[in-house]
Amino acid sequence: MTVRPVDPVPAGTPDASRPAGRLPRRGPARADAPARPAGLRTRWLLAGLVAVLVALVAGVSFGPVSLPPGSVAAELLNLLPGVHLDSGLTEREIAIVTELRLPRVVLGLLVGALLALAGGCYQGVFRNPLADPYLLGVAAGAGLAVTAAIVLGAGAGGALTGLPVTIPLAAFVGSLGAVAMTYLLGAAGGRDRSPATLILAGVAVSAFLAAGQTYLLQTHSDSLQQVYSWLLGRLSTAGWHDVLLVLPYFLLTAVVVLAHRRELDVLALGDDEATSLGLHPQRSRYLLIAAASLGTAAAVSASGLIGFVGIIVPHTVRLLAGSSHRVILPLSMLFGGAFLALTDVVARTAAAPAEIPIGVVTALLGGPFFVLILRTARGMRA
Amino acid sequence: MSAPAVDVRGLRVELGGSPVLAGVDLTVAVGEWVTVIGPNGAGKSTLLRAVGGLLPAPDAVSLFGTPIRALRRRDRARVVATVAQSPVVPAGMAVFDYVLLGRTPYMPPLGRESAADVAAVHEVLDRLDLGGFGRRELATLSGGERQRVFLARALAQGATLLLLDEPTSALDIGHQQEVLELVDQLRREHELTVLATMHDLSIAGEYADRLVLLADGRVAAAGPPAEVLTEELLARHYRAHVRVIPGPHGPHVVPLRRV
Repeated sequence: MTVRPVDPVPAGTPDASRPAGRLPRRGPARADAPARPAGLRTRWLLAGLVAVLVALVAGVSFGPVSLPPGSVAAELLNLLPGVHLDSGLTEREIAIVTELRLPRVVLGLLVGALLALAGGCYQGVFRNPLADPYLLGVAAGAGLAVTAAIVLGAGAGGALTGLPVTIPLAAFVGSLGAVAMTYLLGAAGGRDRSPATLILAGVAVSAFLAAGQTYLLQTHSDSLQQVYSWLLGRLSTAGWHDVLLVLPYFLLTAVVVLAHRRELDVLALGDDEATSLGLHPQRSRYLLIAAASLGTAAAVSASGLIGFVGIIVPHTVRLLAGSSHRVILPLSMLFGGAFLALTDVVARTAAAPAEIPIGVVTALLGGPFFVLILRTARGMRA
Repeated sequence: MSAPAVDVRGLRVELGGSPVLAGVDLTVAVGEWVTVIGPNGAGKSTLLRAVGGLLPAPDAVSLFGTPIRALRRRDRARVVATVAQSPVVPAGMAVFDYVLLGRTPYMPPLGRESAADVAAVHEVLDRLDLGGFGRRELATLSGGERQRVFLARALAQGATLLLLDEPTSALDIGHQQEVLELVDQLRREHELTVLATMHDLSIAGEYADRLVLLADGRVAAAGPPAEVLTEELLARHYRAHVRVIPGPHGPHVVPLRRV
């Protein structure tokens, strides 16, 4: 008997470990087609891409000056190298498309994709359907830091708030600082660093920071409106500059999280089983949380706190297209981006010329939509 | 003489400051079926976790002659597969995808399954008469069917050492026998080694080559079922009042009410 554990050919049983080429033919008369691995089906990928394109054209077409969607589509195609179409738009209209609206729509796509991806990632990592990107203190940290920047900036005669980068920077630093605090607090639990410990640490850190923010607002009530308009989220000041700031974080987060999509399915079995299948669940979890938190912080610094996207988009995808993270994560990015870009159209046209905070619109539209999905998905399964 | 499948020497485990295992020795030969019995809290599951590499047990545990600390996780996962007492059943996951998770140690760390992995899963499903279940949602299966799927995942892992923690505790008596017969048949066909824990003493004795009685973190008795399942040992370590009746495949342990 020569069973060696580290044999490159999986030990022992020839037919359990080396099936290729010696498969017994399975019965020809099977009623249903053989099962295949859960994965992203082409039709869903196409649906996601179509949603993004629709959001792109609609987002650029609608606004104070409405442009014909066909011309907008032609003008967008003109941005591709080697394409020269006559869109029939004037110079000024072309400038509206490329300099004003397109960066805003693209930022909406990126932020929506990041929030939905981070939400889907957190839900998988924590095995908790209620997890959202703000779970570990991102919202409270950003809230406190932005409030402090506005309040102190006003106290310093507007010297600080005069700089356009101050508030995004404060939001970014505050978000990451809060997540770092949550990490440290969760790690203080010693060996027993279960996902629950981390969530509880996040709750404690959030409460602590929110208390600080409330105190600051109490004592500087003149800043309330400015702080709240930021808290409710907006894409309004987006130029290409904002897009370029978010892009590196977007790419990093997307690469790290998407690379782990199959591993997240294994983590769904629990840490013990993931370990016996050869993974390092703790290591993967911390890496994924770090990547998702970084992306969320970048999104928050660009657009404030936009709620709901990180919860409803991944769940909608899960209900409609499948529960594997190989499906949820890429589709959440596509539909999350499209959802936020379309929501932004409503936010800036429904009460024009005023803008409704986009966080209000995501919840107002997203809530009923999600209930509808819940009901129909249940009906489909029954 | 080849190295034993499992070799545990002086294993000590403390959980939360209190000793759970206080110097356990255990040897399981290749192809053998050993079942660990013992009262609640004796450390049965902890012993299994240590053998499966889920607890830090430096130097105390060797698998097939290799110290477990010398094995990389992926390599260990190709050698030993565990069926937990009540495995998590992820919502919405199909049987095929669940069993495919067993191929994880053969996939590149951030990569995906190969055609060989898919073929291996089809083969295991067919062997366990689960061929028609591939697309079914795992959560919708009955207890007996689920236990077969859990076994299928462990087999898909291609490991030759199978750790079964209370594999039948959730099953009725008929399904208990069905599952254990299946394990025994697979063991014979594929030279698997089985290390299990069980509560039902009669069933434990019928299927195991040897029993190990664990009490207070130590091995209180070990040997063929007839030597371990004695009225005297069970009275001492379980504080149970039983009658032991010899049977064709092992002793029957019948609980008696104290008068």
